[in-house]
Amino acid sequence: MTTTEPRRAGPRTGPGQGLTWSLRGRGPDDVPVLADAGPPLGRPAGPATGRGVRVCVVDSGVERDHPLVGTPAGSWVVVKDGESGEITVEPTTTGDTCGHGTACAGIIRRTAPECEIHSVRVLGERFSGTGDILMAGLRWAVEQRFDVVNLSLSTTRTRFAQELHSLADSAYFARTVIVASAHNTPVESFPWRFASVISVGSHQEDDPELHLYNPDPPVEFFGPGQNVTVPWLGGRTIRTTGNSFATPYVAGLCARVLSAHPRMTAFQLKNALYLSAANVRHAPRPSTAAGDIRDDSEN
Amino acid sequence: MTPRTDSAPLPSPVTDAPRSELLQSVVDVARAIFGAEASSVFLLDEEADELVFQAVSGKGEEFLVGRRFPAGRGIAGWVATSGEPMVVDDLSADPSFDRSLAESTAYVPNALMAAPLISDARILGVLEVLDPSPQARSGVRELDLLAMFARQAAAALRVIAPERVVEAEPRTVFDGHALAGAQREDALRLLGSLERLLRGVG
Repeated sequence: MTTTEPRRAGPRTGPGQGLTWSLRGRGPDDVPVLADAGPPLGRPAGPATGRGVRVCVVDSGVERDHPLVGTPAGSWVVVKDGESGEITVEPTTTGDTCGHGTACAGIIRRTAPECEIHSVRVLGERFSGTGDILMAGLRWAVEQRFDVVNLSLSTTRTRFAQELHSLADSAYFARTVIVASAHNTPVESFPWRFASVISVGSHQEDDPELHLYNPDPPVEFFGPGQNVTVPWLGGRTIRTTGNSFATPYVAGLCARVLSAHPRMTAFQLKNALYLSAANVRHAPRPSTAAGDIRDDSEN
Repeated sequence: MTPRTDSAPLPSPVTDAPRSELLQSVVDVARAIFGAEASSVFLLDEEADELVFQAVSGKGEEFLVGRRFPAGRGIAGWVATSGEPMVVDDLSADPSFDRSLAESTAYVPNALMAAPLISDARILGVLEVLDPSPQARSGVRELDLLAMFARQAAAALRVIAPERVVEAEPRTVFDGHALAGAQREDALRLLGSLERLLRGVG
């Protein structure tokens, strides 16, 4: 699959493409949807490797040719003109300015080995205007219709909240799944707070393949984020801790599920993560003999 | 981290005695909390787009204060721009550490914790702890503790210099933008309380 041929299927009724306010003059047969049921209990099948799924890491860049990441399929940078303030997204060869983006890409790579990883760098230029640049980078990634966007960042600036919210909703309906880190400290920041993204925080367990559903959102899932070994600058690895590193694990899981079930929507994907979370138990359905009066004739 | 060590250090980065004392107490306490080899505070100079060493406890104390490096780069840069704390371990082989800095300090940390100094949604700088004791470095709890301590330090800083944290000319701290009269006295009283709190003698 090339970068110009994204994984897409089904009818589209997104903004600007013919809004469907209600179903008038048409019936069920007029809106057929060919669906993927999703994996049993939400778990990606063994052979699901992320192949054909395009993942974009919005961060500090990704090092070129790190042995644990490989060459990114595309590397971009968001640049703000010092004088005009104009913001553009350009191809770049600058790699990673910190190591953080490379770490995220490495976690995605080891979780979904065959996915296609792209990088858009929103950090490492001038300090000022960071919120603008993050916004522009995320918008660009959504416009490129990546299947999964890893955002191990957030902004505390409330003036971006409305715009981010609407962007997150657009992404959700356009089947670009934004997997966003909760802030590491208990502060209000965005976009992880929004229901249209998949939000991730860190648990403290040692199991590198454990994810949990949070019954008390806003952060919806927990992944391994403590003492994680990650690729870093110069082809090396370090150990690190934080929600930043739990997020790409969940992004990688999304890529694996999507590679086996490419027609899944964002809400199905979230449900797959929910069903496969280690702390979600599947209770037997209540029986009428026990006094349950709900209609449950199929059971 | 890619500190720019070729630029000349500021002649005297902090001449405001209360602020200087506060920052020194912040790095001293941070170092003590985490049993660390060193701790430093960088403040953001937004105009120059640089982070400036403002206070150092432990290794490098004598000569690092005043040095500058680009604000968007390295671990401190990531922390400053993202507003998130960060812990990294097994760093000594990390080439993102500036070799010239390592040579000039004769000291390359193996582990580093960094948290943003945030007050009122504004990032003032970064608090770093170098080589914390192994039991105090790698967990989520330690990250939380450092972030909380950094937040308290930032609140104190904000009280002293609400308009402009890093001055091109340190003497300007008492000029027009600074608090005056009763406001300043209130601020200094609050600072005194915070300092006592930070020093643990309240």
